[in-house]
Amino acid sequence: MTYLAKPKLHHPALPTNKLGFTRRDYEGAISTLCAGCGHDSISAAIIQAVFELDLPPHKIAKLSGIGCSSKTPTYFLGNSHGFNSVHGRMPSVLTGANLANRDLIYLGVSGDGDSASIGLGQFAHVMRRGVNMTYIVENNGVYGLTKGQFSATSDKGSASKKGLQNTDSPVDMVSMALQLGATFVGRSFSGDKTQLVPLIKAAIQHKGAAFLDVISPCVAFNNHAGSTKSFDYVREHNKELNRLDFITGRAEITVDYAPGTVEPVTQHDGSVIFLRKLDAGYDVHDRIAAMNVLQERQSAGEIVTGLIYLDPEPEDLHAHLATVDAPFNTLTEKELVPGAAALAKINAASR
Amino acid sequence: MAKPIESVNEFVIKFANVNGSGSASANQMFAKAILRMGVPVTPRNIFPSNIQGLPTWYEMRVSEAGYMGARGGVDIMVAMNPQTWDQDVASIEPGGYLFYDSTKPMPRSKFRNDITVVGVPLTEICNREYTDARQRQLFKNIVYVGALSALLDMEAAVVEGLISEQFRGKEKLIEPNVKALHMGRDWAQKNLQCPLGIRLRRADKVGDRIFVDGNGAAGLGAVYGGATVCAWYPITPSTSLAEAFTRHCRKLRVDPATGKNRFAIVQAEDELASIGMVIGASWNGARAFTTTSGPGISLMQEFLGLAYFAEVPAVVFDVQRGGPSTGMPTRTQQSDIMSCAYASHGDTKHVLLLPEDPHECFTMGAQAFDLAERLQTPVFVMLDLDIGMNERLAAPFAWDDSRKLDRGKVMTEAELEAGKEFGRYLDVDGDGIPYRTYPGTHPTRGAFFTRGSSKDRYAKYTEEGRHYVDNVQRLLKKFETAKQLVPGPIARQARQPTRLGAIFYGSTSPAMAEALDRLAEQGVHLDTLRVRAFPFSREVEEFVAAHDRVFVVEQNRDAQLRALLTIECGIDPARLVPILQFDGSPITARFITEAIADKAAAAKVMPFRKVVS
Ligand SMILES: Cc1ncc(C[n+]2csc(CCOP(=O)(O)OP(=O)(O)O)c2C)c(N)n1
Ligand code: SF4
Ligand SMILES: [Mg+2]
Repeated sequence: MTYLAKPKLHHPALPTNKLGFTRRDYEGAISTLCAGCGHDSISAAIIQAVFELDLPPHKIAKLSGIGCSSKTPTYFLGNSHGFNSVHGRMPSVLTGANLANRDLIYLGVSGDGDSASIGLGQFAHVMRRGVNMTYIVENNGVYGLTKGQFSATSDKGSASKKGLQNTDSPVDMVSMALQLGATFVGRSFSGDKTQLVPLIKAAIQHKGAAFLDVISPCVAFNNHAGSTKSFDYVREHNKELNRLDFITGRAEITVDYAPGTVEPVTQHDGSVIFLRKLDAGYDVHDRIAAMNVLQERQSAGEIVTGLIYLDPEPEDLHAHLATVDAPFNTLTEKELVPGAAALAKINAASR
Repeated sequence: MAKPIESVNEFVIKFANVNGSGSASANQMFAKAILRMGVPVTPRNIFPSNIQGLPTWYEMRVSEAGYMGARGGVDIMVAMNPQTWDQDVASIEPGGYLFYDSTKPMPRSKFRNDITVVGVPLTEICNREYTDARQRQLFKNIVYVGALSALLDMEAAVVEGLISEQFRGKEKLIEPNVKALHMGRDWAQKNLQCPLGIRLRRADKVGDRIFVDGNGAAGLGAVYGGATVCAWYPITPSTSLAEAFTRHCRKLRVDPATGKNRFAIVQAEDELASIGMVIGASWNGARAFTTTSGPGISLMQEFLGLAYFAEVPAVVFDVQRGGPSTGMPTRTQQSDIMSCAYASHGDTKHVLLLPEDPHECFTMGAQAFDLAERLQTPVFVMLDLDIGMNERLAAPFAWDDSRKLDRGKVMTEAELEAGKEFGRYLDVDGDGIPYRTYPGTHPTRGAFFTRGSSKDRYAKYTEEGRHYVDNVQRLLKKFETAKQLVPGPIARQARQPTRLGAIFYGSTSPAMAEALDRLAEQGVHLDTLRVRAFPFSREVEEFVAAHDRVFVVEQNRDAQLRALLTIECGIDPARLVPILQFDGSPITARFITEAIADKAAAAKVMPFRKVVS
């Protein structure tokens, strides 16, 4: 596309994936975000994840709302269609898009203001419906684009850059996603690529509503002392549950680990996640336990990260609605229009 | 005492009932029986925003002459609701008839002496026959249908036939219902003088017309229009449209091989989500719609601007009710014209279709999807409660099997592969309509970013004024193109040459047809134009130019279509005379006739200066 400003000259030595694409082929336009913004690291992680998954870029649709975070889809996957919708309403647009073509991969990108403030309703309902998607909230606890107001995920007692104290309780999107029925829930940190990339890969492979809360410091408005979403604060309070070492397609499991420390988790499509447990007692398949651990650690002042919950047999909205396998946007009058004969019957029954 | 009204096949009968008493199906059967006798009948439900216990009315305009508008006034009142007795009795025309349950004696003061009172002891008859309270209630409805059938000289066999049709599959219920019918009929024949001065006679004025409601027709139109995604939020009076789509899809859209659905219906969490889903699905190449009423339109504003500016198709059925705010949720109006035509902030304009009856609800319901995709913009189908929720005689639905869905300008993988230039907002054909691509079409070409912010012809974000202006001017050009694609207006010439005209639209149609006849009898002749869409085509401007004064007949307070005509066509407002009924009841021929006759007379006294000769 003409708007891709970056030169596309491939260095002959650049590694390619199974489709022959280099990492460059998954990049987008040059970012216009502040240098050091956490959101740019998440874009890089998305590019890395999709590259490693060997996905054709045009088979991904990226949708977002409004905010610095919602701008980022311009900065990755330049060969994918993107939709920058309206503030807080990406989930409904994504739901409609997903209904129209079940064969694409849907990536929803949002901010904490976009999803937890103005868009809390749509966030909740898209999780309830089990739309097959990867929903990433780039959570900086602040409205970046409108210059530093508190968002609904700002912690009670945290201070704004201007020195104001937040007196409202925060929305914890991870707890909400769990309660609302998301079938894949994780949290990560933009500054921890080795944790984040495999989580994104696993979320994309998940055939249901996958939610990732990624703490992503705003260097312009929320990275100061007194913020609970700054680089320093998150590093100090991070409580990792596990690490996804890598993900294979249907490859054989060949790696040995000390028993009890690694759990191979098979997803519905046959792919396997190797979960390296940091908290030996934690069971990613237990929704209620996950909710308890979150509450417990949160009240101890810790930020739980890692794969928090996974349902290996998810059902999605298409299954609930029993839709045909063919994408709706490929159906023609032949399949859709009942014709004059059927209409004559309806006429006859209406006299 | 006024002379009792004498009339065959021309009258208004109104049933006053209690909501939830089971009267609806008996009343509907009564209406159908008249139709089966070849006499046109137009029923209207008048109901409160409540589920049980409050008054409801079912008014039927019986007219062999074929008038289907609300007439005003009542010739026969079937007063089954003590709560509304006084107002019901007061609404009867002098010389009219009052039918009531005479089981309990009523004081003389409760009647009028200029009407004929017909008492049938319905409760007594039912109490004698049935012991169960619910049965007493339900069969009372059939008993009064039976008594009325005798009083109006209806054919018993026709009603019996309808009873068997209604209970097909539940045969056990046929016999007791037929029995109840005859209890009422026999009692009336034995004890009353049958028929009344008003009565029915078999005719042949129904023809092959069908009897359907507009919401049902529009829902079927969406099936034929190829819609696969319906996202909606319940609201009166639009709910039955989504329900009709659901019902028809279950019959017509299930893949016979797999039993799976070629449709997805989502009851959204609100109207914002409904329109968001429609936009997402349409962006991705499916045909999608939502159905709503005024409050939903208000909620959808921001998204409608996005669809307009990013050029994403969307179909919105707006079944209008009384506004503003919650307004009169169960009454009719045409009061969303402005809020749909200019929905959303900034400079926006949208395509509106204005169906007059269920037949057009079907055709426009299907056509809306072609237009939305051809024009890549939202298209509103503007029904109202009067046509949406009432059954109406209409020309049968028709479909041409050779018709293809017009998917508009969509660039294909082959075209991209062959190197055809793609600019999402590039006006290649000079009609203001650019090409789009569906997501996932080609590995390296044709991807673009859809956004509600300003962009250049290649969809690249820009805040440069010249690119912005270039883009919004093209949108205007596209709106010009729309004028040739939307259904054109329908003109009707007066019997005599005249300088007076009238413009009307939507559900005003039948009342207007009758008013024109009455006005002609009084020597007031009008050419008329039924507007069927916005933007207005050239013919609309020409019609106004060809007349000195044009009455614009509408069902809203602020003369909204008239305002659109002045804004969009630059017409001098003084030449457009508003004729407005907006009390929530369907506009009547009586009202239109009087209002126009009045203003036409005033115009004769003070002749207008001709603006256009
Ligand atoms: C309806 C509406 N209201 C307000 C705005 C202004 N606005 C733009 S972005 C934003 C907040 C974004 O915050 P967040 O989602 O956290 O994104 P961030 O910039 O922090 O990544 C607001 C209030 C808008 N675009 N639309
Ligand atoms: S304002 Fe904050 S969120 Fe926005 S780009 Fe700058 S650092 Fe990132
Ligand atoms: Mg934010």
